[in-house]
Amino acid sequence: MSKRETDEVTGVETTGHEWDGIRELDNPLPRWWLYVFYAGIVVAIVYWVLMPAWPGVSGYTKGVLGQSDRADVVRELQGLKELRGAQAAKLQKASLEEIEADPELQAYAQAIGQSVFGDNCATCHGTGGVGTKGYANLRDDVWLWGGSLSDIHRTIEVGIRSDHPDTRFSQMPAFGRDQMLTAAEIGDLTEYVVALSRRKADAAAVTRAAPIYEAQCASCHGPAGLGDQTKGAPNLTDQEWLYGSSRADIRGQIWAGKGGVMPSWKNRFDPETLKALAVYIHANAGGQ
Amino acid sequence: MTVVIDRTQPSKPAPTGKGPVSAAARVRASGGPGGGLYKPRTPIYPKLVHGRWRAIKWAVLIATLAIYYVTPWIRWSRPGNLPDQAVLVDFAGRRFYFFDIQLWPQEVHFITGLLVIAALALFLVTALFGRLWCGYSCPQTVWTDLFIYVERMFEGDRNARMRLDAAPWSFNKAWRKIGKHAVWLAIAFATGGAWIFYFHDAPSLLHDFWIGQGPITGYVFAALLTFTTYVFAGLMREQVCVYMCPWPRIQGAMLDANSLQVTYRHDRGEPRGAHKKGTDWSGRGDCVDCNQCVTACPMGIDIRDGSQLECINCGLCIDACDEVMIKVDRPTALIAYDTDAAVEARAAGRPAVYRLVRSRTVFYAVALAALSALMIWGLATRTTLDLHVLRDRNPVFVRLHDGAVRNGYTLKVANRSFQPEQMTIALEGQPAAVLKTPGSVVTAKTITVEVPANEVRAVRVFVTLPPEALSAPNLPATFVVRSSREEMRTVTTFLSGAANSQ
Repeated sequence: MSKRETDEVTGVETTGHEWDGIRELDNPLPRWWLYVFYAGIVVAIVYWVLMPAWPGVSGYTKGVLGQSDRADVVRELQGLKELRGAQAAKLQKASLEEIEADPELQAYAQAIGQSVFGDNCATCHGTGGVGTKGYANLRDDVWLWGGSLSDIHRTIEVGIRSDHPDTRFSQMPAFGRDQMLTAAEIGDLTEYVVALSRRKADAAAVTRAAPIYEAQCASCHGPAGLGDQTKGAPNLTDQEWLYGSSRADIRGQIWAGKGGVMPSWKNRFDPETLKALAVYIHANAGGQ
Repeated sequence: MTVVIDRTQPSKPAPTGKGPVSAAARVRASGGPGGGLYKPRTPIYPKLVHGRWRAIKWAVLIATLAIYYVTPWIRWSRPGNLPDQAVLVDFAGRRFYFFDIQLWPQEVHFITGLLVIAALALFLVTALFGRLWCGYSCPQTVWTDLFIYVERMFEGDRNARMRLDAAPWSFNKAWRKIGKHAVWLAIAFATGGAWIFYFHDAPSLLHDFWIGQGPITGYVFAALLTFTTYVFAGLMREQVCVYMCPWPRIQGAMLDANSLQVTYRHDRGEPRGAHKKGTDWSGRGDCVDCNQCVTACPMGIDIRDGSQLECINCGLCIDACDEVMIKVDRPTALIAYDTDAAVEARAAGRPAVYRLVRSRTVFYAVALAALSALMIWGLATRTTLDLHVLRDRNPVFVRLHDGAVRNGYTLKVANRSFQPEQMTIALEGQPAAVLKTPGSVVTAKTITVEVPANEVRAVRVFVTLPPEALSAPNLPATFVVRSSREEMRTVTTFLSGAANSQ
């Protein structure tokens, strides 16, 4: 302990502690300070009685007010459900077009759609909905099966090449693997498709491939290569390519056409959620 | 400038020569009930005085209480469904209304500015005139004064109160004490009750409050402020200032030898002593040691000990001393608002010089004026329109079938006016750009949206640029939103993905 000494001015003993020449006076605490401490003890005891407080071996003291965070959450979730019930009823009644046209309903549908999309669709289509090779980009204005509200709704409902009886279905033949065309013919056809999308191509090959395209491809993709959304046949003249735009990608797709599977979501979501999801995808897509 | 406030007064009893005594021992020795480590409150019985400063204090008390109680009841018409209360802190609606000004949470810097202005004003006043805030307008002082007034009504002035407290319990003592505490509680409840009117529509809250339908926070805060008012103004009083408030500790940095504060002019008063009527005043000071200044002090100090932490600069001891000086036929103002420098100068036989213009007062005044001007400018040029632009980050851009590129933006358009506004959204910097909103098939150069009065609306905007306009991966673009009166621009970018084209 430091030496005890008395402050000249106040006549109060110091604690003996000194900081930069300032010494601390050993004044007693005011008594009300003590009362505040006692009041704190009383409050604690009252709290133990009223609220859940003490842990036991197999439980805890519940408190006479019966307060429970778990019960609060259940009640709040119930309230939220009731709150959503009114909006959900509106979604149920309104047509897809009506939902999209009403700003309030659209915002509600978009909020549901976004969360459902993130949980279910983003795995393949990406959180931003732009897809990747083999998985369709839902943000642009290129649609294999139609980009109208009802087309999108239908696609979600029945899926593509899914186990739903009315599933959307298309099949690109494997012209190379199944030996329907020769490798040279497929090489020429590749040039033809490149030319369709307004890129530079080998003119001689294009001329050679024209009758083959006419005979083999035009029935689905159309004589001008514009595709057909009723058959799920892609447009070959635009700049969007599900399986890549390079010559190797195009050649591979003619050799052994790939086709992905999109499940049917009809039994996974209630009708309101399906509608909300369709509106979310349509509203954020590039038109149609 | 180094200032030494000399507290070693000649009248101060010298420390006894018995050696150091601990504080706890002194309290024990003082014989107070239950002494020891904790210091009981020494009761203070301020005596009623009459005079100029007491009159000013009553006037300030009435004015400040009137402002406090009346303000929430002032009505102020605003259009639409907006509240018609002149001053309202609307937490549920997230707005602060003050007559024709309304602040949004984003504009909290105005509140910050107001608080800084209040602090600077406090510093300036303190540097010039000492703790005038503490002595006259601090709520603690105002309500304590009011509570002492009530106490005096029931229990009489200083001497009667001291006698009553010392007397054994009787019917007379009981009804006076019960009456006093009942009125205190009533005032405290009126104080706590008035507070909540600042946060809700006052007339409807008053009605709901009494039929038990008020918001739970209303009851909680009314109860809390009733409790604190009763305890702080009735029971704690000067202890709040001495132990709880940080301001007395800070004031030492604000005051200097040229600050006006309640000062005992020891050059004139000393040597003090009792004076017999008719005897000569030569060779002695004017202080007759009547202790009237001590009995009048609500803080329980002796101003003749010099400038002290406890002194709230209220000037009641000036009134008390002046009454006595007139009686003994000496000049008044033995205790007065004066500066340490002036007292020292007179003591040394030099004329007193008062210096209100000093570097620190000039600094506070300039800072105060600059900040006030900034606030007024900010409020005067405040727009009722606000715009924030958030770019979509996933996807950053979308390429369309014809090679055109589309970017998505969310515009937060705030309408701070009291009328709904038709806002026109346009994009400048990219003349080829077309705009559309989600779900809409219409594309146009501009989009018009209605933003309701006093609300923010989030507008999703898709901007599409044709392939020939995609000259660089990063294109400058500026959103321009126009209301009927104002225009707001926010610079953003259009990402085209031109660098990674196929």
